[in-house]
Amino acid sequence: MDSTVATSTEESVWGGGNRPLGASYGKLMMWFFIVSDALTFSGFLASYGFSRFKFIETWPIADEVFTHVPFFHGNFPMYYVAFMTFILIMSSVTMVLAVDAGHKMMKNKTILYMFLTIIGGAIFVGSQAWEWATFIKGDYGALETRGGRILQFVKADTGERAALSDFSKTLPSERVDHESKNGVWFYKGEALPSYTVNEVTEGLKSNPNILIRTETINSEGEKTLLTREESLNKIKDAKLVVEGANLIRNEYGSRLFADFFFFITGFHGFHVFSGVIINIIIFFNVILGTYERRGHYEMVEKVGLYWHFVDLVWVFVFTFFYLV
Amino acid sequence: MAHAHKLEIFRGLIKFKSNTQKIWGVLVFLTIVTAVEVALGITKPHVLTVNTFLGMKLLNWIFIILTLVKAYYIAWDFMHLRDEKKSLRRAIVWTPIFLVAYLIFILLFEADYIYNVFKDGYVTWNF
Repeated sequence: MDSTVATSTEESVWGGGNRPLGASYGKLMMWFFIVSDALTFSGFLASYGFSRFKFIETWPIADEVFTHVPFFHGNFPMYYVAFMTFILIMSSVTMVLAVDAGHKMMKNKTILYMFLTIIGGAIFVGSQAWEWATFIKGDYGALETRGGRILQFVKADTGERAALSDFSKTLPSERVDHESKNGVWFYKGEALPSYTVNEVTEGLKSNPNILIRTETINSEGEKTLLTREESLNKIKDAKLVVEGANLIRNEYGSRLFADFFFFITGFHGFHVFSGVIINIIIFFNVILGTYERRGHYEMVEKVGLYWHFVDLVWVFVFTFFYLV
Repeated sequence: MAHAHKLEIFRGLIKFKSNTQKIWGVLVFLTIVTAVEVALGITKPHVLTVNTFLGMKLLNWIFIILTLVKAYYIAWDFMHLRDEKKSLRRAIVWTPIFLVAYLIFILLFEADYIYNVFKDGYVTWNF
């Protein structure tokens, strides 16, 4: 009797058609994709951790880099990123509500919640674009030394950061921006910064209130402030004026910091963007009644999984880029 | 998704009447956790930055643990892992956890080694 029972079970197992994991093919494949994508993001974040541990004493402090909120002036560390995080979690909630409504076959509710999800995603991508623009533009400006280190400036009396324009002198010099229109041999040239190294140096010498801040983090977890004499000595190493950030150098500190910022938030932003596109496609499918005719809204659930995954990744990016 | 939702979080401490209600409950919880993170990040309590555990500030440990808590609730309640079969859930969760833990262990140890070489290995990089 036993053997008969075993045989019949085996037949049904190998005969196909059963779902040992209780999930449909499409959903399982979405999970496969999410797991592999999670490993990709982990690779990026782990390599960020690698570079950070390598330069642990000089890594930029995130609170001092991301201090802006649109339409407001002043120093607001992290408020805007926290807002972005909330927007993304909120759009995850509307997504999960859309999935829930889909299960109950409530077409209009699904449409509404999908719409809100798309809006949330769009706000997030827009915020990220703004964040990038602010990061690229920079705010204070800095000098780079021969060894590739960044020197920033601080007002001695208040302890606030000093922008190059606060103290630099304007010296008469013949600096010409090298543009393609005024040279036959023009191939390419870098845009000129607002001040020359000489102008910044003279400004520092004549302004006793300005001190240099190096990249090194002291035992209190703050960047080291040089004395007046040390500052005057240190500025002799300066080679370049750095304003804002690009892939080669940035005014915030370690070059790798900007590279990882662009790469990781860029890759995540691309995921959000593609998520919004996919959500829009599904949104129109819901409106057209595709899933009503199909008899189930599993497609909404599948894109929902992707959308939540994007949110999940952001939770980690938020921690490792902005908090830790 | 499974046919029935499990409607309790915190191991049954809080029970919800419907799936929709549970979603809003989880949102409230995630918002509170994020608010705590931001508040800690802005105030940076002195006690938590001075004391370290395994070479990392207590504050950073708190951030990482709270992040994992948030990740758990996003995966379990938004991505419905709570309602999936145990075998699927384990395949999805433990595979990356194992690989990522391994990767982090190797990379961070190597990075710390390089840091020490820079520091006292007669290598000049800040010239």
